[in-house]
Amino acid sequence: MRKLVTLGISGVIAGPALAGASLAADVKVTIEVPKLDVAEYHRPYVAAWIEKPDGTVAANLSVWYDVKEENKKGNKWLKDLRQWWRRAGRDLDMPVDGLSSPTRPAGKHALEYAGTAPPLAELQAGEYELVVEAAREVGGREVVRIPFKWPAAAVVSSSAQGKDELGAVDLEIKP
Amino acid sequence: MKISSKWMVLPLCVCLAAPASAHRAWLLPSATVLSDTGSWITVDAAISDALFYFDHNPMRLVGVGPDAPRGERGPRPEAGAPAPAGNAPAAGAGAPAAMPKGPPGGRRPMPHQEITILGPDGSTIEPQNGSIGRFRSTFDMPLEKPGTYKLAVVGGGLMASYTLNGEKKRWRGDADALKSEIPADAKDVTVTEQSRRIETFVTAGKPSKDVFKPTGKGLELDPVTHPNDLFAGEAAKFRLLIDGKPAAGARVLVVPGGIRYRDGINEIKATTDADGIVTVTWPEAGMYWMEAVVTDDKAAVPNAKRRASYSATLEVMKP
Repeated sequence: MRKLVTLGISGVIAGPALAGASLAADVKVTIEVPKLDVAEYHRPYVAAWIEKPDGTVAANLSVWYDVKEENKKGNKWLKDLRQWWRRAGRDLDMPVDGLSSPTRPAGKHALEYAGTAPPLAELQAGEYELVVEAAREVGGREVVRIPFKWPAAAVVSSSAQGKDELGAVDLEIKP
Repeated sequence: MKISSKWMVLPLCVCLAAPASAHRAWLLPSATVLSDTGSWITVDAAISDALFYFDHNPMRLVGVGPDAPRGERGPRPEAGAPAPAGNAPAAGAGAPAAMPKGPPGGRRPMPHQEITILGPDGSTIEPQNGSIGRFRSTFDMPLEKPGTYKLAVVGGGLMASYTLNGEKKRWRGDADALKSEIPADAKDVTVTEQSRRIETFVTAGKPSKDVFKPTGKGLELDPVTHPNDLFAGEAAKFRLLIDGKPAAGARVLVVPGGIRYRDGINEIKATTDADGIVTVTWPEAGMYWMEAVVTDDKAAVPNAKRRASYSATLEVMKP
């Protein structure tokens, strides 16, 4: 958090000098992992990314998986995040610093990104979708999408509700 | 004399089971998209009526199963040779040596076919833990290199039909045998040269394209859309090549798996365009069987027609 604030400040100072950075806005993504009453439960693998209208990836935000397993054993199920795997995962050599993260328990999890820092610093003005995909071992898979415009003129707050493998997904953009 | 001709006809019926009836030959991988190297897959190989269920015969592959010797089918019994005891040759005792003994309960088996597993780096991979059952063959394979693997069963041969003394005869064999085994006084002789290629594809990590390099022989797939990057609702383009050149006007048939639990076959019929390209839009996710056929007069043996077929098992993902 402290690092994020620092980056934000430096962004404000450097911002006017850079065309890209002047678009900067801070982004907060909240992903809810639902509590499920099932016989065999494993925490879901979750990927969050920003997609361009043509389906390509503009920014990878976060991937939650069994990153701490020995010998990259946890990589085996990354392809079950089918859409993320196709759009980004298969081109990456996981784990990737700043992207990989362990799986998380049921509950709401907030991810914050400064507009001036990777992965958002290079985001061009335009229409995008926040995509959150979850896949659970011995369970299902779900994709939730929230469209948004970048950069935001005013504070934007939008939500989408998952049905099975995801709870609420909230997107907040602060110019 | 009569018996010896029967000897020729019987193996023929069995060999023809795949191409001549509704039966389809296929390789079914346990997965086509894998995250990483160090993974294994298992592959079923069968000739079946309903896709993709084991309901007819195993596909006999060289190097797969305990009774799968590497080698030729062996000589055909000579014309006029004494018939073994009993009228109809049964599998097991009394069967000609050329026919491998199948698993119990099986009918007369097809000859073994060669399978080639080509890795993304051009190496070949041997099938592991092979076994052959009543309805299917099965083997495992490790994926040690990143990229796309091609599994291919390539075969062929000659078929002939003719009339001898008013009786219709059918024959199967190779080019050498054709000259000596079709009687000189046979009438209405038609010869068909068959070439067959049965494939499937598997990818560990990022899809690669090295395995698609054509051999220039028979009917082959030159994918425009990568066969391990297929998604429901999207259009995929495949170029078909005959002898390395675009196969224009080839008939293409696409059949979704899961036939047992629906009424219609729901096949998609298409024809390749002038560039040999066919476009398929996948109605839903699942395993598909795609077949292309070209018939022409470019057989290697004189006065014969050629029938070249290509088929592949393709997995279509849900986006």
